[in-house]
Amino acid sequence: MRRLLYLLPVLVLGVLALFFARGLHLDPHNIPPELIDKPVPEMSLAPLPGRGANSGLSTADLKGKVSLVNVYGSWCVSCVQEHPTLLEIKKTGIVSVHGIDWRDEPELGAAWLRRHGDPYDRVGVDPAPGRAAVDFGVTGAPETFIVDKNGIIRFKYYAGPITPDVWRDILLPRILELQKQ
Amino acid sequence: MRRLFALAALMLMLATPAFAVDPDEMLKDPKLEARAQKLGSGLRCLVCQSESIEESNADLARDLRVIVRERIAAGDSDKTIVDYLVSRYGDYVLLQPPFKGKTLVLWVGPFVLFVVAIATAFGFYRRRTKATVPPTTLSAEEQRRLDALLKDNGAK
Repeated sequence: MRRLLYLLPVLVLGVLALFFARGLHLDPHNIPPELIDKPVPEMSLAPLPGRGANSGLSTADLKGKVSLVNVYGSWCVSCVQEHPTLLEIKKTGIVSVHGIDWRDEPELGAAWLRRHGDPYDRVGVDPAPGRAAVDFGVTGAPETFIVDKNGIIRFKYYAGPITPDVWRDILLPRILELQKQ
Repeated sequence: MRRLFALAALMLMLATPAFAVDPDEMLKDPKLEARAQKLGSGLRCLVCQSESIEESNADLARDLRVIVRERIAAGDSDKTIVDYLVSRYGDYVLLQPPFKGKTLVLWVGPFVLFVVAIATAFGFYRRRTKATVPPTTLSAEEQRRLDALLKDNGAK
């Protein structure tokens, strides 16, 4: 029994080492989302110039059917990376995709969409200091929310740009599940 | 030379933390601005992790500084503002984690470990002192054997 007691420091050290080893592989930028299963924050975002009638984004636009809300900005490098996938998603017609042009000049956000293609049904601009983005708990772009029919946020994808794999394995199954409800 | 050291020490003591607040972000009322800085110093910049929003030059930190000041100017209490940010970003936005069930180990753990360590060390040393106490007097048989041995040794 006594001898086991001498092993105790080693055991404690082992447990601590396990925690630290795990900590080394955690990304401190991955802040778990707070707004899951909560309603979309109240917002009424201004339209992008020259984008026609279906522009601007408000809370009411997110009710009635399952939708994706994608946070982007003309300054955002990874957004260029995920953009082709968003265009593909739009082409499938499975879900409506809305955009929040975060911390951006409306003209720049609009020009960026003309240049890279426009996958959005509705887009609203959220100029600095990004009040709507903070309401959503956004920490960086791109981030994408899945909103259900009742305007409740159900999921947030924030681990980098959306790739075809992310769409197929992570977003699509959740969307189909929510559409059944 | 000594004067130089004294001067260097004085300068170090007078150094204040660097704030990233732009003059144009500041509130006009110095009292409210002081409140905003105190509040912001306890709020984590979410993209730079180890800095407060008052110290960071990140865009999101700037946004949060502006939003905190807007709310202070609108008459919100510190608690309302902190609660709002916690509802959006979680406890993570607080540089000092709150005391609650989930963080109990964090707050109490070190003290528990300290007490355990003291108790263990105390027990260890007490046992050791006990072990070094010389045995009680010899029995009659032992004394006789010892005498015999000593006599034997002296004879040679």
